[in-house]
Amino acid sequence: MVNDTIAAVATGITNSGISIIRISGPDSFSVIERLFKKGKTGGLGFIDVASVSSHTVHYGCIAEPDSGRIIDEVMVLIFKEPLSYTRENVVEIDCHGGAIVTKEVFEAVLKAGARAAEPGEFTKRAFLNGRIDLSQAEAVINLINAKNKMAADNSLKQLSGIEYKKVSSIRDRLLHDTAYIEAALDDPEHIDITGFASKLLENISTVSAELEAMIKSADNGRLISEGINTVIVGKPNAGKSTLLNAILGEERAIVTEIAGTTRDTLEETVSFGGVSLNLTDTAGIRKTENVIEKIGVERAINAAASSDLILYVMDCTEKPDEEDRQIIEKIKDRRVIALINKSDLDGKTDLADGFLKENGLEAINISAKNGYGIDRLAEKIKEMFFNGDVIPNDEVYITSARHKECLVQAKKSLECVADSIENGMSEDFFTIDLMNAYTALGQIIGEDTDEDLTDRIFRDFCMGK
Amino acid sequence: MENIPEFQCGSYDAAVIGAGHAGCEAALALARLGCKTICFMVSTDTIAMMPCNPNIGGTSKGHLVREIDALGGEMGKNIDKTFIQSKMLNTSKGPAVHSLRAQADKQKYSNAMRKVMENTDNLILKQAEVAEVLWEENEKGKYVTGVKTVSGGIYNAKAVILCTGVYLNARCIFGEVSQYTGPNGLPRATYLTESLIKMGIEIYRFKTGTPARIDRRSIDFSKLEPQEGDSRITPFSFTNKEEDLRREQELCYLGYTNENTHKIIRENIHRSPLFSGDIKGTGPRYCPSIEDKVVKFPEKERHQFFLEPEGDYTNEMYLSGMSSSLPEEVQLKLYHSMAGLENAVIVRNAYAIEYDCINPMQLKESLEFKKIRGFFSAGQSNGSSGYEEAAAQGIIAGINAARMIKDTEPIVLDRSQAYIGVLIDDLVTKETHEPYRMMTSRAEYRLLLRQDNADLRLTEIGYEVGLIDEERYSKFLIKKKSILSELERLKNTSVGASERVNCMLEKMGTTAIHTGTSLAELIRRPELDYDIIAPLDSERKKLPEDVVEQINIEIKYEGYIERQKQQVEHFKKLENRKIPADIDYENIDSLRLEAKQKLSRFRPESVGQASRISGVSPADISVLLVYLKSRSRGEK
Repeated sequence: MVNDTIAAVATGITNSGISIIRISGPDSFSVIERLFKKGKTGGLGFIDVASVSSHTVHYGCIAEPDSGRIIDEVMVLIFKEPLSYTRENVVEIDCHGGAIVTKEVFEAVLKAGARAAEPGEFTKRAFLNGRIDLSQAEAVINLINAKNKMAADNSLKQLSGIEYKKVSSIRDRLLHDTAYIEAALDDPEHIDITGFASKLLENISTVSAELEAMIKSADNGRLISEGINTVIVGKPNAGKSTLLNAILGEERAIVTEIAGTTRDTLEETVSFGGVSLNLTDTAGIRKTENVIEKIGVERAINAAASSDLILYVMDCTEKPDEEDRQIIEKIKDRRVIALINKSDLDGKTDLADGFLKENGLEAINISAKNGYGIDRLAEKIKEMFFNGDVIPNDEVYITSARHKECLVQAKKSLECVADSIENGMSEDFFTIDLMNAYTALGQIIGEDTDEDLTDRIFRDFCMGK
Repeated sequence: MENIPEFQCGSYDAAVIGAGHAGCEAALALARLGCKTICFMVSTDTIAMMPCNPNIGGTSKGHLVREIDALGGEMGKNIDKTFIQSKMLNTSKGPAVHSLRAQADKQKYSNAMRKVMENTDNLILKQAEVAEVLWEENEKGKYVTGVKTVSGGIYNAKAVILCTGVYLNARCIFGEVSQYTGPNGLPRATYLTESLIKMGIEIYRFKTGTPARIDRRSIDFSKLEPQEGDSRITPFSFTNKEEDLRREQELCYLGYTNENTHKIIRENIHRSPLFSGDIKGTGPRYCPSIEDKVVKFPEKERHQFFLEPEGDYTNEMYLSGMSSSLPEEVQLKLYHSMAGLENAVIVRNAYAIEYDCINPMQLKESLEFKKIRGFFSAGQSNGSSGYEEAAAQGIIAGINAARMIKDTEPIVLDRSQAYIGVLIDDLVTKETHEPYRMMTSRAEYRLLLRQDNADLRLTEIGYEVGLIDEERYSKFLIKKKSILSELERLKNTSVGASERVNCMLEKMGTTAIHTGTSLAELIRRPELDYDIIAPLDSERKKLPEDVVEQINIEIKYEGYIERQKQQVEHFKKLENRKIPADIDYENIDSLRLEAKQKLSRFRPESVGQASRISGVSPADISVLLVYLKSRSRGEK
């Protein structure tokens, strides 16, 4: 509760040009060391916080901790204790405002070892560490209360009945298995768990798969409520802007418009075949063709870095060249839909198709100009993100990063159980991590674990004596 | 009572009411710490009596006994003297849940403890029923001044410890029969509850039970499975050696109920006072009566029972797993339905017992009443169950009463230090509505709280308190040092990946190494341990077995142990944040109403303890932390 490392988005998520993600606690610096690479493309390597001074600003990129994928170009501010808001080691990441980038950076921070802060927790720490003065104590308490209430309300709102049931059902099964082991440990002469390990391994793998699906749907939930961050990539003259117009033209429904960051990024959210797409581009997607066509390889790659989906457009009348090869090399491991454009024109060849196949990409033939194949593109997107369906409203959506973090934690704990089983540890070691998973899931539905286990042991198992 | 003239019986430092397992440890601790102590009991023949099961220890209870021993208590030594069978349970599981249990010769156990009690300086035994706890009140609140017996004797005392077990207003029930006695037909304590209520103490009514005792001669042992003790004895007391405790061991026997047994129970269930509603007390779920088991788990075709000898002095066998409050005739019928017991003769029938105990949330972690200075309570009178739980509280209450008398800070073991800490913290923090039994699942840091390392955890505390003598302490220090230095050596000594080494590893049934590897790394492998790798370790000195055991555990489970240690660090932070005794929760506007009420009622001693009270949310704890901080800064 006190003295671990917490993180929060300090600014609003959607309404600012720049978002600030603040991290505080003893591991703040190791978190940023795991995520941040210096230089425009992160080429200048990791930062060693010990060697830099407090109150300094560093320019570079935030990379996703597992894949190393660059999420955003950022400024990082280092504050060494006690000269910070909370009097702990504090890092601030200034990233580009906009819901998607901000959330991705925030999730990366959680992945790297911070925990999502409780409402008002930064202020609470500032106070507890003597940073804020006494007269503000009452205000701090009120803030904590107000924010807790709000968070509780939001948290409940975000839980659909189905999701609540799913989480509860998983917890119920975990607790049952734990109670079984504990009952046997406490009453070995009446309750025998010989051979239970292999059954438990099965149960865990079932639960892990369910958690994995929920974690994915947490992403999809975000994608549904906030849109799929989509970038159109291709060489000049491949027909990117025509494609854009085709997509916009289909329903021409602009849902939101978040404009005005330092780099003049324009995000447009478009409803395309029932799916929200955030079409992102530097310097304005809908500007003149001239500007669009100047986007080179480097530009395309940067834009693609923080996207959920890349639409890669090739001209079927042209022979793939070195530039195509460079682009494809950078994007082929991401979620890409390849489009072979200008299929309506004479002089088309199979070269583009063959090139894409070599790189493991299935292509869709389109004609951006006359709209041919655009329906197929919409289907393909749905297939890719929502298993072919736009998920009905009562499916599981876990939209908050906090919930996702809990799901991920629970899954990790179950992996530890599986490790313990595979390493031939005895049953009493399993329950430690089983209970950790149980507790993590409890945070989603707001239930604590107190006494659950003891009650469960007596309810489900016949203790002897 | 009112007509009996009072008379003065002298002044003592402390008076202990009861000489069961809690009372004995409390009285011994007090006397050994130099306090002039008087201990009351219904009969001197019932000192450390075991009115229920004939064993000491068992899962998690064995841990308690070893902890009591490490603190300088008597229970471990006493069972080592008097056991007739000894067994380490859960040996196929991890070291944290290995649990020692011994069958006791009940009579020898009681006699041995009586002998220790009678021969301890500063300790006086007195057969008398205490009718009143005497107290006065000044500007600081209530405080005790002594006790009064039914015969009017006034014993002045600075501290009083309530260790009344199940004797307060006890009632024994089987079928339609009610007897207003304590266990085994012993007289109950009739007056004391009223005196407690007058002091403002909240009383609960709990229920427990005991199974029948069967005449050994009437049992057909050929139809039962014999259960042997361990061939190698593990002593309870760290002061004893295995070779000194070897003796002929008795057998226990395993048998089963059957469909017919269950049918008899179902047909007569209306005659059970538990089901008819005659018993109002709350019974324990961990030792359900056989009728409870049959009703609650109808799918089970049979239930186990054990027959355990009560001692060498008697033919009575304890029918474990079959406690009941059915009428005697039904009991007889159902026993006769079971293989091996067809002709069983009941010496004592099973019965349920109802009794008064206090709501333990009125106690501090030191086991002193929050509102009455000098008044302590330990054992079943605190709503716990079991000899070991009672003894564990007894020694803590005794130590803290002595410290109160000497005006020093109480000893409080926390949840990360000992099962005793978990036990007391649960009792005084979590509302319980049934007799509380220790369980390993209640100890969240159980990898650290093993029975094998109880001495390493607690001997230093026992020494500081004054219950561990110099000789034992210096032996302990040698053990501790040799564990640490050997662990260090094993981590820093490597073997090379030579052909000779790999050949030896192959013989040990493990895979080859490809680079220099520390001995500790090798020990960590599941198929190896300290003894197996001896041929690779020419420099090692001969070490005692208990040292080797610690080394194996520390190395093999290092990852898990480290993780728990981190959790403990986290836990300690809130635990160390103490709440001033004079805090007024009504003044903290931002606390939710429920939290205000709970906190005002139970007055936790630390923020950690507050966080474990049901109905106090994390947000309330945040508010409390901020309030405490602003208060302490305001004072500066």
